[in-house]
Amino acid sequence: MRWINLKPGRATSVALMLAPFALLVIAYGIGSAARLAENPGDKLLPALQSLVDAVNRMAFTPDVRTGEYLLWSDTAASLSRLVAALGIATAIALVTGMVIGMFPYIRALLAPFVATVSMVPPLALLPILFIVLGLGETAKITLIVIGVAPAMIRDLALKVLELPREQLIKAQTLGGSSWQIALRVVLPQILPRLITCLRLQLGPAWLFLIAAEAISADSGLGYRIFLVRRYLSMDVIFPYVAWITLLAIIANFALDRLRIAVFPWSNLERGA
Amino acid sequence: MSEIVLDKVWKEYGDQIVLEQISLTIAARAFVALVGPSGCGKTTFLRLLLGEEAPTQGTITLDGVPLVAEPGPDRGVVFQRYSVFPHLTVLGNVLLGKVLKASPIAARLFGAKRRAAIEEARQLIAEVGLTGAEDKYPAQLSGGMQQRLALAQALIMRPRVLLLDEPFGALDPGIRAEIHVLMKRLWHETELTVVMVTHDLREAFTLGTRVIAFERPRDRPEERERYGARLSRDIDIWPPRIAGETSIYAPDRADPVIPLSLAQDDLAPRGDRVS
Repeated sequence: MRWINLKPGRATSVALMLAPFALLVIAYGIGSAARLAENPGDKLLPALQSLVDAVNRMAFTPDVRTGEYLLWSDTAASLSRLVAALGIATAIALVTGMVIGMFPYIRALLAPFVATVSMVPPLALLPILFIVLGLGETAKITLIVIGVAPAMIRDLALKVLELPREQLIKAQTLGGSSWQIALRVVLPQILPRLITCLRLQLGPAWLFLIAAEAISADSGLGYRIFLVRRYLSMDVIFPYVAWITLLAIIANFALDRLRIAVFPWSNLERGA
Repeated sequence: MSEIVLDKVWKEYGDQIVLEQISLTIAARAFVALVGPSGCGKTTFLRLLLGEEAPTQGTITLDGVPLVAEPGPDRGVVFQRYSVFPHLTVLGNVLLGKVLKASPIAARLFGAKRRAAIEEARQLIAEVGLTGAEDKYPAQLSGGMQQRLALAQALIMRPRVLLLDEPFGALDPGIRAEIHVLMKRLWHETELTVVMVTHDLREAFTLGTRVIAFERPRDRPEERERYGARLSRDIDIWPPRIAGETSIYAPDRADPVIPLSLAQDDLAPRGDRVS
Protein backbone atom coordinates (compact mmCIF):
# COMPACT_ATOMS: atom_id res chain seq x y z
CA MET A 1 0.00 0.00 0.00
CA ARG A 2 1.14 3.54 -0.64
CA TRP A 3 2.27 5.60 2.32
CA ILE A 4 -0.28 8.29 1.56
CA ASN A 5 -3.09 5.78 2.07
CA LEU A 6 -1.92 4.36 5.37
CA LYS A 7 -3.95 5.76 8.25
CA PRO A 8 -3.26 5.18 11.94
CA GLY A 9 -5.97 3.67 14.15
CA ARG A 10 -7.24 5.37 17.26
CA ALA A 11 -4.77 3.86 19.72
CA THR A 12 -1.87 4.42 17.34
CA SER A 13 -2.95 8.02 16.89
CA VAL A 14 -2.86 8.65 20.62
CA ALA A 15 0.51 6.94 20.93
CA LEU A 16 1.89 8.98 18.03
CA MET A 17 0.47 12.14 19.51
CA LEU A 18 2.17 11.52 22.87
CA ALA A 19 5.47 10.30 21.42
CA PRO A 20 7.15 13.69 20.79
CA PHE A 21 6.17 14.92 24.27
CA ALA A 22 7.51 11.75 25.87
CA LEU A 23 10.70 12.04 23.82
CA LEU A 24 11.18 15.60 24.99
CA VAL A 25 10.78 14.60 28.64
CA ILE A 26 13.13 11.65 28.26
CA ALA A 27 15.74 13.72 26.49
CA TYR A 28 15.51 16.31 29.23
CA GLY A 29 15.83 13.63 31.93
CA ILE A 30 18.93 12.13 30.32
CA GLY A 31 20.53 15.51 29.75
CA SER A 32 19.77 16.66 33.26
CA ALA A 33 21.07 13.47 34.85
CA ALA A 34 24.27 13.63 32.79
CA ARG A 35 24.99 17.24 33.75
CA LEU A 36 24.16 16.71 37.40
CA ALA A 37 26.40 13.65 37.58
CA GLU A 38 29.28 15.82 36.45
CA ASN A 39 28.44 18.82 38.62
CA PRO A 40 25.79 18.47 41.35
CA GLY A 41 25.52 22.28 41.50
CA ASP A 42 24.53 22.63 37.82
CA LYS A 43 21.63 25.03 37.30
CA LEU A 44 20.95 24.75 33.58
CA LEU A 45 18.98 21.50 33.52
CA PRO A 46 17.65 20.99 37.06
CA ALA A 47 16.42 17.57 38.13
CA LEU A 48 12.73 16.79 38.12
CA GLN A 49 12.71 17.03 41.92
CA SER A 50 14.03 20.62 41.82
CA LEU A 51 11.31 21.52 39.31
CA VAL A 52 8.66 20.06 41.64
CA ASP A 53 10.18 21.96 44.55
CA ALA A 54 10.14 25.18 42.54
CA VAL A 55 6.49 24.68 41.58
CA ASN A 56 5.70 23.98 45.20
CA ARG A 57 7.53 27.12 46.27
CA MET A 58 5.97 29.37 43.63
CA ALA A 59 2.43 28.01 43.61
CA PHE A 60 1.64 26.58 47.02
CA THR A 61 3.85 28.49 49.50
CA PRO A 62 3.16 32.13 50.33
CA ASP A 63 6.00 34.46 49.41
CA VAL A 64 7.90 35.52 52.54
CA ARG A 65 7.96 39.18 51.53
CA THR A 66 4.45 39.78 50.20
CA GLY A 67 2.54 36.79 51.54
CA GLU A 68 1.19 36.10 48.03
CA TYR A 69 1.25 32.85 46.11
CA LEU A 70 3.52 34.10 43.33
CA LEU A 71 2.45 31.83 40.45
CA TRP A 72 -1.19 32.69 40.96
CA SER A 73 -0.68 36.42 41.46
CA ASP A 74 1.58 36.48 38.38
CA THR A 75 -1.02 34.57 36.38
CA ALA A 76 -3.78 36.90 37.51
CA ALA A 77 -1.73 39.96 36.58
CA SER A 78 -0.80 38.61 33.15
CA LEU A 79 -4.24 37.27 32.29
CA SER A 80 -6.00 40.47 33.29
CA ARG A 81 -3.70 42.40 30.95
CA LEU A 82 -4.20 39.85 28.18
CA VAL A 83 -7.98 39.71 28.54
CA ALA A 84 -8.31 43.49 28.66
CA ALA A 85 -6.10 43.92 25.61
CA LEU A 86 -7.73 41.17 23.57
CA GLY A 87 -11.18 42.48 24.52
CA ILE A 88 -10.32 45.95 23.29
CA ALA A 89 -8.60 44.63 20.15
CA THR A 90 -11.58 42.38 19.34
CA ALA A 91 -14.08 45.19 19.73
CA ILE A 92 -12.02 47.53 17.55
CA ALA A 93 -11.41 44.81 14.95
CA LEU A 94 -15.07 43.80 14.76
CA VAL A 95 -16.40 47.31 14.20
CA THR A 96 -13.59 48.52 11.94
CA GLY A 97 -13.31 45.30 9.96
CA MET A 98 -17.05 45.24 9.32
CA VAL A 99 -17.34 48.82 8.12
CA ILE A 100 -14.23 48.46 5.94
CA GLY A 101 -15.63 45.31 4.40
CA MET A 102 -19.16 46.62 3.90
CA PHE A 103 -18.88 50.26 2.87
CA PRO A 104 -16.75 51.17 -0.18
CA TYR A 105 -16.28 54.75 1.06
CA ILE A 106 -14.90 53.66 4.41
CA ARG A 107 -12.81 51.01 2.65
CA ALA A 108 -11.24 53.71 0.48
CA LEU A 109 -10.63 55.81 3.60
CA LEU A 110 -9.28 53.24 6.04
CA ALA A 111 -8.03 50.12 4.27
CA PRO A 112 -4.65 51.56 3.14
CA PHE A 113 -4.17 53.17 6.55
CA VAL A 114 -4.78 49.93 8.42
CA ALA A 115 -2.51 48.08 6.00
CA THR A 116 0.25 50.60 6.75
CA VAL A 117 -0.24 50.48 10.50
CA SER A 118 -0.12 46.69 10.45
CA MET A 119 3.39 46.90 8.96
CA VAL A 120 4.79 48.93 11.88
CA PRO A 121 6.69 46.54 14.16
CA PRO A 122 4.82 46.91 17.47
CA LEU A 123 7.91 46.26 19.60
CA ALA A 124 9.58 49.25 17.96
CA LEU A 125 6.72 51.32 19.33
CA LEU A 126 7.22 50.04 22.85
CA PRO A 127 9.66 52.80 23.94
CA ILE A 128 7.26 55.41 22.59
CA LEU A 129 4.38 53.83 24.48
CA PHE A 130 6.38 53.76 27.71
CA ILE A 131 7.38 57.41 27.25
CA VAL A 132 3.92 58.62 26.37
CA LEU A 133 1.73 56.39 28.51
CA GLY A 134 4.03 55.77 31.44
CA LEU A 135 5.16 52.45 32.79
CA GLY A 136 1.78 51.29 34.07
CA GLU A 137 -0.81 48.90 32.70
CA THR A 138 -1.96 51.25 29.92
CA ALA A 139 1.27 50.97 27.96
CA LYS A 140 1.30 47.16 28.11
CA ILE A 141 -2.33 46.82 27.09
CA THR A 142 -1.85 49.35 24.31
CA LEU A 143 1.13 47.42 22.99
CA ILE A 144 -0.90 44.21 22.71
CA VAL A 145 -3.80 46.04 21.08
CA ILE A 146 -1.51 47.70 18.52
CA GLY A 147 0.15 44.37 17.94
CA VAL A 148 -2.92 42.28 17.23
CA ALA A 149 -5.74 44.63 16.16
CA PRO A 150 -4.52 45.53 12.63
CA ALA A 151 -4.16 41.90 11.60
CA MET A 152 -7.61 41.13 12.98
CA ILE A 153 -9.15 44.12 11.21
CA ARG A 154 -7.69 43.06 7.89
CA ASP A 155 -8.75 39.48 8.33
CA LEU A 156 -12.32 40.40 9.19
CA ALA A 157 -12.60 42.94 6.38
CA LEU A 158 -11.44 40.25 3.95
CA LYS A 159 -13.96 37.84 5.39
CA VAL A 160 -16.75 40.36 4.82
CA LEU A 161 -15.57 40.89 1.25
CA GLU A 162 -15.59 37.14 0.71
CA LEU A 163 -19.29 36.91 1.48
CA PRO A 164 -20.95 35.96 -1.81
CA ARG A 165 -22.33 38.94 -3.71
CA GLU A 166 -25.54 36.95 -4.09
CA GLN A 167 -26.19 37.05 -0.37
CA LEU A 168 -25.99 40.81 -0.12
CA ILE A 169 -28.23 41.21 -3.17
CA LYS A 170 -30.69 38.75 -1.74
CA ALA A 171 -30.76 40.61 1.56
CA GLN A 172 -31.54 43.81 -0.31
CA THR A 173 -34.40 42.18 -2.20
CA LEU A 174 -35.75 41.17 1.20
CA GLY A 175 -35.92 44.87 2.02
CA GLY A 176 -32.86 45.04 4.25
CA SER A 177 -31.26 48.42 4.97
CA SER A 178 -27.48 48.73 5.37
CA TRP A 179 -27.91 48.59 9.13
CA GLN A 180 -30.18 45.54 9.01
CA ILE A 181 -27.87 43.75 6.62
CA ALA A 182 -24.92 44.49 8.89
CA LEU A 183 -26.83 43.19 11.89
CA ARG A 184 -28.54 40.12 10.47
CA VAL A 185 -26.44 39.00 7.51
CA VAL A 186 -22.85 40.18 7.90
CA LEU A 187 -22.32 40.21 11.67
CA PRO A 188 -23.52 36.68 12.41
CA GLN A 189 -21.45 35.31 9.56
CA ILE A 190 -18.19 36.92 10.65
CA LEU A 191 -18.51 36.25 14.38
CA PRO A 192 -17.22 32.68 13.99
CA ARG A 193 -14.33 34.06 11.99
CA LEU A 194 -13.72 36.64 14.71
CA ILE A 195 -13.28 33.84 17.22
CA THR A 196 -10.92 31.95 14.92
CA CYS A 197 -9.04 35.17 14.31
CA LEU A 198 -8.71 35.71 18.06
CA ARG A 199 -7.34 32.20 18.44
CA LEU A 200 -4.69 32.85 15.82
CA GLN A 201 -3.72 36.10 17.55
CA LEU A 202 -3.21 34.44 20.95
CA GLY A 203 0.41 33.68 20.08
CA PRO A 204 1.34 37.26 19.11
CA ALA A 205 -0.65 38.59 22.08
CA TRP A 206 1.45 36.50 24.52
CA LEU A 207 4.60 37.61 22.75
CA PHE A 208 3.80 41.29 23.23
CA LEU A 209 2.62 40.71 26.78
CA ILE A 210 5.83 39.02 27.84
CA ALA A 211 7.96 41.57 26.04
CA ALA A 212 6.20 44.41 27.82
CA GLU A 213 6.38 42.66 31.19
CA ALA A 214 10.03 41.85 30.73
CA ILE A 215 10.88 45.50 30.34
CA SER A 216 8.74 47.10 32.96
CA ALA A 217 6.39 45.45 35.44
CA ASP A 218 6.18 44.45 39.07
CA SER A 219 4.21 41.27 38.54
CA GLY A 220 3.23 38.92 35.74
CA LEU A 221 4.46 35.71 34.22
CA GLY A 222 6.86 37.44 31.84
CA TYR A 223 8.14 39.67 34.64
CA ARG A 224 8.90 36.63 36.84
CA ILE A 225 10.77 34.75 34.12
CA PHE A 226 13.00 37.69 33.38
CA LEU A 227 13.50 38.41 37.09
CA VAL A 228 14.67 34.93 38.04
CA ARG A 229 16.81 34.75 34.89
CA ARG A 230 19.33 36.84 36.86
CA TYR A 231 19.84 33.92 39.25
CA LEU A 232 19.84 31.30 36.49
CA SER A 233 16.73 29.82 38.12
CA MET A 234 15.89 27.40 35.40
CA ASP A 235 13.85 25.45 37.95
CA VAL A 236 11.37 28.35 37.97
CA ILE A 237 11.62 29.31 34.30
CA PHE A 238 10.79 25.86 32.92
CA PRO A 239 7.55 25.44 34.90
CA TYR A 240 6.53 29.01 34.05
CA VAL A 241 7.04 28.42 30.34
CA ALA A 242 5.08 25.18 30.54
CA TRP A 243 2.30 26.98 32.43
CA ILE A 244 2.12 29.78 29.85
CA THR A 245 1.94 27.19 27.09
CA LEU A 246 -0.81 25.35 28.92
CA LEU A 247 -2.82 28.55 29.37
CA ALA A 248 -2.50 29.32 25.66
CA ILE A 249 -3.57 25.79 24.70
CA ILE A 250 -6.60 25.96 27.00
CA ALA A 251 -7.62 29.36 25.61
CA ASN A 252 -7.22 28.11 22.05
CA PHE A 253 -9.31 25.01 22.70
CA ALA A 254 -11.98 26.86 24.68
CA LEU A 255 -12.42 29.48 21.97
CA ASP A 256 -12.89 26.81 19.31
CA ARG A 257 -15.45 24.98 21.45
CA LEU A 258 -17.22 28.28 22.04
CA ARG A 259 -17.45 28.88 18.31
CA ILE A 260 -18.98 25.48 17.65
CA ALA A 261 -21.39 25.80 20.57
CA VAL A 262 -22.62 29.29 19.67
CA PHE A 263 -22.49 28.97 15.87
CA PRO A 264 -23.28 25.34 15.09
CA TRP A 265 -23.77 26.15 11.40
CA SER A 266 -20.17 27.32 11.04
CA ASN A 267 -19.02 23.72 11.30
CA LEU A 268 -21.67 22.28 8.97
CA GLU A 269 -20.31 24.31 6.09
CA ARG A 270 -16.93 22.75 6.42
CA GLY A 271 -18.32 19.21 6.45
CA ALA A 272 -20.59 19.75 3.45
CA MET B 1 -49.79 44.91 -12.27
CA SER B 2 -46.16 44.63 -13.08
CA GLU B 3 -45.22 45.35 -16.65
CA ILE B 4 -41.53 45.80 -17.36
CA VAL B 5 -40.55 48.01 -20.28
CA LEU B 6 -37.00 48.31 -21.57
CA ASP B 7 -36.35 51.12 -24.00
CA LYS B 8 -33.15 50.99 -26.09
CA VAL B 9 -31.03 49.69 -23.26
CA TRP B 10 -27.23 49.50 -23.68
CA LYS B 11 -24.80 48.16 -21.16
CA GLU B 12 -21.07 48.75 -21.44
CA TYR B 13 -18.25 47.96 -19.07
CA GLY B 14 -15.50 50.38 -20.01
CA ASP B 15 -14.81 49.70 -23.69
CA GLN B 16 -16.60 46.39 -23.70
CA ILE B 17 -20.15 46.56 -25.01
CA VAL B 18 -22.19 43.77 -23.51
CA LEU B 19 -25.75 44.51 -24.53
CA GLU B 20 -26.92 46.81 -27.26
CA GLN B 21 -30.24 48.16 -28.32
CA ILE B 22 -32.44 46.01 -26.13
CA SER B 23 -36.08 47.12 -26.42
CA LEU B 24 -38.56 44.81 -24.86
CA THR B 25 -41.91 44.85 -23.11
CA ILE B 26 -42.55 42.11 -20.61
CA ALA B 27 -46.25 41.80 -19.87
CA ALA B 28 -47.54 41.49 -16.33
CA ARG B 29 -47.66 37.89 -15.13
CA ALA B 30 -45.58 36.67 -18.04
CA PHE B 31 -42.99 33.95 -17.55
CA VAL B 32 -40.08 34.95 -19.74
CA ALA B 33 -37.28 32.48 -20.28
CA LEU B 34 -34.02 34.02 -21.39
CA VAL B 35 -31.65 31.81 -23.35
CA GLY B 36 -28.45 32.30 -25.28
CA PRO B 37 -24.86 31.11 -25.48
CA SER B 38 -22.45 31.66 -22.60
CA GLY B 39 -21.18 35.20 -22.27
CA CYS B 40 -23.99 36.78 -24.25
CA GLY B 41 -25.08 39.01 -21.42
CA LYS B 42 -28.03 37.07 -20.01
CA THR B 43 -26.86 37.53 -16.47
CA THR B 44 -25.99 41.17 -17.13
CA PHE B 45 -29.54 41.64 -18.34
CA LEU B 46 -30.87 40.12 -15.14
CA ARG B 47 -28.62 42.37 -13.11
CA LEU B 48 -30.10 45.37 -14.87
CA LEU B 49 -33.59 44.23 -13.96
CA LEU B 50 -32.43 43.57 -10.43
CA GLY B 51 -31.04 47.07 -10.12
CA GLU B 52 -27.60 45.75 -9.28
CA GLU B 53 -26.30 47.52 -12.38
CA ALA B 54 -27.61 50.61 -14.12
CA PRO B 55 -27.94 50.68 -17.92
CA THR B 56 -25.33 52.80 -19.71
CA GLN B 57 -28.03 54.15 -21.99
CA GLY B 58 -31.76 53.70 -22.19
CA THR B 59 -34.39 53.26 -19.51
CA ILE B 60 -36.06 50.42 -17.69
CA THR B 61 -39.47 51.02 -16.14
CA LEU B 62 -41.59 48.84 -13.91
CA ASP B 63 -45.26 49.85 -14.28
CA GLY B 64 -44.15 53.13 -15.83
CA VAL B 65 -41.85 54.05 -12.93
CA PRO B 66 -38.10 54.03 -13.69
CA LEU B 67 -36.20 51.36 -11.76
CA VAL B 68 -34.14 52.49 -8.80
CA ALA B 69 -30.49 51.55 -9.27
CA GLU B 70 -30.59 49.33 -6.22
CA PRO B 71 -32.16 45.96 -5.48
CA GLY B 72 -35.39 46.31 -3.57
CA PRO B 73 -38.24 44.29 -2.07
CA ASP B 74 -40.43 44.60 -5.18
CA ARG B 75 -38.07 42.30 -7.10
CA GLY B 76 -37.27 38.90 -5.67
CA VAL B 77 -34.36 36.83 -6.84
CA VAL B 78 -33.08 33.26 -6.77
CA PHE B 79 -29.50 32.60 -7.86
CA GLN B 80 -27.94 29.31 -8.82
CA ARG B 81 -25.93 29.29 -5.60
CA TYR B 82 -25.57 31.27 -2.36
CA SER B 83 -29.20 32.38 -2.41
CA VAL B 84 -29.87 31.38 1.17
CA PHE B 85 -28.12 32.42 4.34
CA PRO B 86 -25.95 29.65 5.80
CA HIS B 87 -26.22 30.98 9.35
CA LEU B 88 -30.01 30.80 9.48
CA THR B 89 -32.24 27.77 9.71
CA VAL B 90 -34.87 27.08 7.07
CA LEU B 91 -37.44 28.90 9.19
CA GLY B 92 -35.03 31.76 9.89
CA ASN B 93 -34.28 32.14 6.20
CA VAL B 94 -37.93 32.38 5.22
CA LEU B 95 -38.70 34.62 8.18
CA LEU B 96 -35.93 37.10 7.44
CA GLY B 97 -37.84 39.17 4.88
CA LYS B 98 -40.80 39.59 7.24
CA VAL B 99 -38.53 40.52 10.11
CA LEU B 100 -36.55 43.11 8.15
CA LYS B 101 -39.76 44.73 7.00
CA ALA B 102 -41.38 44.92 10.42
CA SER B 103 -38.41 45.80 12.58
CA PRO B 104 -36.11 48.43 11.06
CA ILE B 105 -33.80 48.95 14.06
CA ALA B 106 -33.59 45.73 16.04
CA ALA B 107 -34.21 43.53 12.98
CA ARG B 108 -35.91 41.04 15.30
CA LEU B 109 -39.53 40.22 16.10
CA PHE B 110 -41.01 39.25 19.42
CA GLY B 111 -44.28 37.98 20.85
CA ALA B 112 -47.46 38.01 18.81
CA LYS B 113 -45.85 39.60 15.76
CA ARG B 114 -43.22 36.90 15.70
CA ARG B 115 -45.80 34.15 16.03
CA ALA B 116 -47.84 35.59 13.16
CA ALA B 117 -44.76 35.82 10.97
CA ILE B 118 -43.75 32.25 11.85
CA GLU B 119 -47.25 31.08 10.95
CA GLU B 120 -46.97 32.70 7.52
CA ALA B 121 -43.46 31.35 7.01
CA ARG B 122 -44.55 27.82 7.90
CA GLN B 123 -47.33 27.97 5.33
CA LEU B 124 -44.87 28.96 2.66
CA ILE B 125 -42.41 26.29 3.77
CA ALA B 126 -45.21 23.73 3.43
CA GLU B 127 -46.06 25.14 0.02
CA VAL B 128 -42.57 24.46 -1.30
CA GLY B 129 -42.51 21.03 0.35
CA LEU B 130 -39.98 21.63 3.10
CA THR B 131 -42.21 20.81 6.07
CA GLY B 132 -40.21 19.01 8.72
CA ALA B 133 -36.95 20.69 7.77
CA GLU B 134 -37.69 24.00 9.53
CA ASP B 135 -34.85 23.72 11.99
CA LYS B 136 -32.19 22.53 9.56
CA TYR B 137 -29.40 24.72 8.30
CA PRO B 138 -28.92 25.06 4.53
CA ALA B 139 -25.71 23.01 4.66
CA GLN B 140 -27.86 20.09 5.84
CA LEU B 141 -30.17 20.35 2.81
CA SER B 142 -29.71 18.92 -0.67
CA GLY B 143 -29.29 21.26 -3.63
CA GLY B 144 -32.94 20.92 -4.66
CA MET B 145 -34.16 21.64 -1.16
CA GLN B 146 -31.93 24.69 -0.95
CA GLN B 147 -33.48 26.09 -4.13
CA ARG B 148 -36.98 25.40 -2.79
CA LEU B 149 -35.96 27.30 0.31
CA ALA B 150 -34.62 30.17 -1.79
CA LEU B 151 -37.98 30.35 -3.60
CA ALA B 152 -39.92 30.44 -0.34
CA GLN B 153 -37.57 33.07 1.03
CA ALA B 154 -38.09 35.31 -1.99
CA LEU B 155 -41.86 34.76 -2.18
CA ILE B 156 -42.60 35.79 1.40
CA MET B 157 -41.96 39.38 0.30
CA ARG B 158 -44.76 39.03 -2.29
CA PRO B 159 -42.53 40.59 -4.95
CA ARG B 160 -44.08 41.81 -8.16
CA VAL B 161 -41.21 40.44 -10.20
CA LEU B 162 -39.27 37.25 -9.59
CA LEU B 163 -35.86 37.00 -11.22
CA LEU B 164 -34.25 33.59 -11.57
CA ASP B 165 -30.58 33.25 -12.52
CA GLU B 166 -30.14 29.66 -13.70
CA PRO B 167 -31.88 28.58 -10.52
CA PHE B 168 -32.13 24.90 -11.36
CA GLY B 169 -28.96 24.57 -13.41
CA ALA B 170 -27.02 22.66 -10.76
CA LEU B 171 -29.77 20.12 -10.03
CA ASP B 172 -30.12 16.53 -11.23
CA PRO B 173 -32.70 16.04 -13.99
CA GLY B 174 -35.23 14.21 -11.79
CA ILE B 175 -35.08 16.83 -9.08
CA ARG B 176 -35.23 19.55 -11.69
CA ALA B 177 -38.47 18.13 -13.10
CA GLU B 178 -40.03 18.16 -9.64
CA ILE B 179 -38.99 21.71 -8.93
CA HIS B 180 -40.37 22.73 -12.35
CA VAL B 181 -43.76 21.51 -11.21
CA LEU B 182 -43.42 23.59 -8.07
CA MET B 183 -42.26 26.63 -10.02
CA LYS B 184 -45.19 26.40 -12.39
CA ARG B 185 -47.65 26.10 -9.53
CA LEU B 186 -46.17 29.10 -7.73
CA TRP B 187 -46.39 31.13 -10.91
CA HIS B 188 -50.03 30.21 -11.36
CA GLU B 189 -50.95 30.95 -7.78
CA THR B 190 -49.08 34.16 -7.04
CA GLU B 191 -49.18 37.57 -8.72
CA LEU B 192 -45.77 37.22 -10.30
CA THR B 193 -43.97 38.29 -13.40
CA VAL B 194 -41.06 35.89 -13.81
CA VAL B 195 -37.85 36.40 -15.75
CA MET B 196 -35.65 33.32 -15.80
CA VAL B 197 -32.17 32.99 -17.25
CA THR B 198 -31.40 29.43 -18.26
CA HIS B 199 -28.95 27.37 -20.26
CA ASP B 200 -31.50 24.67 -20.76
CA LEU B 201 -33.74 25.16 -23.81
CA ARG B 202 -36.03 22.41 -22.69
CA GLU B 203 -36.53 24.14 -19.37
CA ALA B 204 -37.21 27.41 -21.17
CA PHE B 205 -39.94 25.85 -23.27
CA THR B 206 -41.40 23.82 -20.41
CA LEU B 207 -41.89 26.76 -18.10
CA GLY B 208 -42.03 29.93 -20.15
CA THR B 209 -44.87 31.81 -21.77
CA ARG B 210 -42.28 33.47 -23.95
CA VAL B 211 -38.74 32.52 -24.82
CA ILE B 212 -36.22 35.23 -25.63
CA ALA B 213 -32.78 34.57 -27.07
CA PHE B 214 -29.78 36.86 -26.90
CA GLU B 215 -27.00 36.53 -29.42
CA ARG B 216 -24.02 38.49 -30.64
CA PRO B 217 -24.64 39.25 -34.30
CA ARG B 218 -20.92 39.89 -34.75
CA ASP B 219 -18.83 37.43 -32.87
CA ARG B 220 -15.43 37.40 -34.56
CA PRO B 221 -12.65 37.85 -31.98
CA GLU B 222 -11.74 41.32 -33.22
CA GLU B 223 -15.38 42.40 -33.14
CA ARG B 224 -16.14 41.03 -29.71
CA GLU B 225 -15.37 44.17 -27.79
CA ARG B 226 -17.25 46.70 -29.82
CA TYR B 227 -20.41 44.76 -30.56
CA GLY B 228 -22.69 43.57 -27.82
CA ALA B 229 -25.43 40.97 -27.78
CA ARG B 230 -28.83 41.79 -29.20
CA LEU B 231 -32.22 40.32 -28.87
CA SER B 232 -32.20 37.74 -31.67
CA ARG B 233 -35.32 35.62 -31.11
CA ASP B 234 -38.59 36.33 -29.38
CA ILE B 235 -40.91 33.33 -29.36
CA ASP B 236 -44.35 33.25 -27.81
CA ILE B 237 -45.13 29.76 -26.66
CA TRP B 238 -48.05 28.16 -28.44
CA PRO B 239 -50.53 27.06 -27.27
CA PRO B 240 -50.35 30.06 -24.94
CA ARG B 241 -49.95 29.60 -21.24
CA ILE B 242 -51.85 32.07 -19.09
CA ALA B 243 -51.13 32.45 -15.41
CA GLY B 244 -53.87 30.96 -13.28
CA GLU B 245 -55.77 29.37 -16.17
CA THR B 246 -55.86 25.84 -17.41
CA SER B 247 -54.93 25.63 -21.05
CA ILE B 248 -57.79 24.43 -23.21
CA TYR B 249 -55.35 23.07 -25.75
CA ALA B 250 -52.97 21.09 -23.65
CA PRO B 251 -54.27 20.86 -20.10
CA ASP B 252 -51.66 18.31 -19.15
CA ARG B 253 -48.88 20.65 -20.09
CA ALA B 254 -49.98 23.86 -18.45
CA ASP B 255 -52.21 22.85 -15.69
CA PRO B 256 -52.43 25.22 -12.73
CA VAL B 257 -54.48 22.78 -10.69
CA ILE B 258 -51.63 20.58 -9.65
CA PRO B 259 -52.49 18.90 -6.38
CA LEU B 260 -50.44 20.20 -3.53
CA SER B 261 -47.84 17.52 -3.32
CA LEU B 262 -45.54 17.22 -0.40
CA ALA B 263 -43.10 15.21 -2.40
CA GLN B 264 -39.58 16.27 -1.64
CA ASP B 265 -36.79 15.66 -3.97
CA ASP B 266 -34.41 14.36 -1.40
CA LEU B 267 -35.48 13.58 2.08
CA ALA B 268 -32.29 11.90 3.09
CA PRO B 269 -31.26 13.99 6.06
CA ARG B 270 -27.72 15.10 5.89
CA GLY B 271 -27.68 15.69 9.62
CA ASP B 272 -25.43 12.67 9.98
CA ARG B 273 -22.62 14.86 8.78
CA VAL B 274 -23.01 17.03 11.84
CA SER B 275 -20.45 15.92 14.30
